[in-house]
Amino acid sequence: MKLEMKDSPGQLVAALKPISDVGGNIIAVIHQREPELDQDTLNVQIVLELPEGRLDKLIALLKEQGVHIQRIGKKRLLFKRTVILIGHLMHTDLSDTVDRIDSTGFAEVSDLSMSMPAVNERSSSRITIKAVSKKDMAAAMTILRTVARQKSLLLLEPLEDVA
Amino acid sequence: MKIALIGLGSVGRGVAEMVAKKDLGITITAVADSTSVCMDADGIDIHTLLARKKKSGRCGDEGVSVTELLKKADYDALVEVSPTNALTGEPSIGYIKTALNRKKHVVTSNKGPICLAGKELRALAQKKGVALRYEATVAGAIPVMHLLEHGLAGNEILAIYGILNGTCNYILTRMADEGLTYDQALLEARELGYAEADPTYDVQGIDAAIKLVILANTIWGNGATLDDVERTGIDLLTADALRLAEEDGCTIRLIAEAIPRKHILRVSPRIIPKNHPLVVEGTLNALTLETDMAKEITLIGRGAGSVETASAIIGDLLYIRNHYDKRA
Repeated sequence: MKLEMKDSPGQLVAALKPISDVGGNIIAVIHQREPELDQDTLNVQIVLELPEGRLDKLIALLKEQGVHIQRIGKKRLLFKRTVILIGHLMHTDLSDTVDRIDSTGFAEVSDLSMSMPAVNERSSSRITIKAVSKKDMAAAMTILRTVARQKSLLLLEPLEDVA
Repeated sequence: MKIALIGLGSVGRGVAEMVAKKDLGITITAVADSTSVCMDADGIDIHTLLARKKKSGRCGDEGVSVTELLKKADYDALVEVSPTNALTGEPSIGYIKTALNRKKHVVTSNKGPICLAGKELRALAQKKGVALRYEATVAGAIPVMHLLEHGLAGNEILAIYGILNGTCNYILTRMADEGLTYDQALLEARELGYAEADPTYDVQGIDAAIKLVILANTIWGNGATLDDVERTGIDLLTADALRLAEEDGCTIRLIAEAIPRKHILRVSPRIIPKNHPLVVEGTLNALTLETDMAKEITLIGRGAGSVETASAIIGDLLYIRNHYDKRA
């Protein structure tokens, strides 16, 4: 999000505080002084991670601080996980398999590579899933495991960091 | 130190050869294979023994049972390296009990008895004031048990995961490197003697699961059994799956993992970055221990082989000799 605020001591800190108040996580703060700009205001871009549904609260809090929100960027899906599915993927309706993830609204299949062997042989595909948060990713993986079991597909998951 | 050696297959032969070759202060006073036994309280000449075994297929005379031998012979420690029975653990469990009841130490490479009756056998050894050691049951030559017991003493073990089956690792390495199909790689593994005629035990992850159960019980004493392990083998993997992983800078390995705080006890093929420390080649084993103080420790080494497994057994024997009172 791009913010405009008064260029006075303490303003930047005041603008950042509401983010942690709503449980957000700041990923980057980009602060550039542009010479042609009015000296009284400061433009700051902030990249942040927010729990689902907290954005309105944050906007309200920022307004209270006298911070003007110039622009709110696109929500990005931050968590990525790549899995491999092996089995009769076409016969078991691959588009349905993908849709079971996409239809959640919190995760989506962002990439799919597939091998097409002889007609009756099992095919293999590599699927990349993106989700907004770690929790959403876990939920998406649970769905995928269920689908794989229902369709007798072998699901290969990555070895995650155990720590 | 006098030992009774039960089993004269690959591992038993490795132990006998190393005892003959190296000046370890170990004497073999009793030997049994699947059909015969021999004993000599003054020590059996190992070269004669191995020559006889090679020529006739037998180490000694028929007519005396292994149990009788274990009751009569003069020895300080039983080395039990007979073929494993994953279903019942017998007759090895009986042999181990016989020795423990006579207050003899026991060292074994036999997974069946430790997986199925480890708790009972450990309790019996403790009651009798002798040692029961089984370093060789998990990851061959890698001294993971010694590390857990001594080097990492005082640490809380948070997780343990890695590659515990060399046959599967060989097959997956060949599928990844040469684009072989599963069947082709399995055939090659068989020709090289890495896979049994019936590969089920290895490729369906049963062997790795048994080792995982032994580790889990040794570390946490949690009473885990083979049925508690969520298990997927490598027999349904395709060459395409390995290629797809490769395109992403990854490969596939059969990973055994035990993470109590997440209630995970699992053996499954996993996607893993090629530069990950656990990605080892060929028949190697690799194991990462995660602890509260030492953090991560990864061990890599040979998981099987005659002399390699003998290394683990001899390590256990010498540990016992150096740390237990010698009895008259």
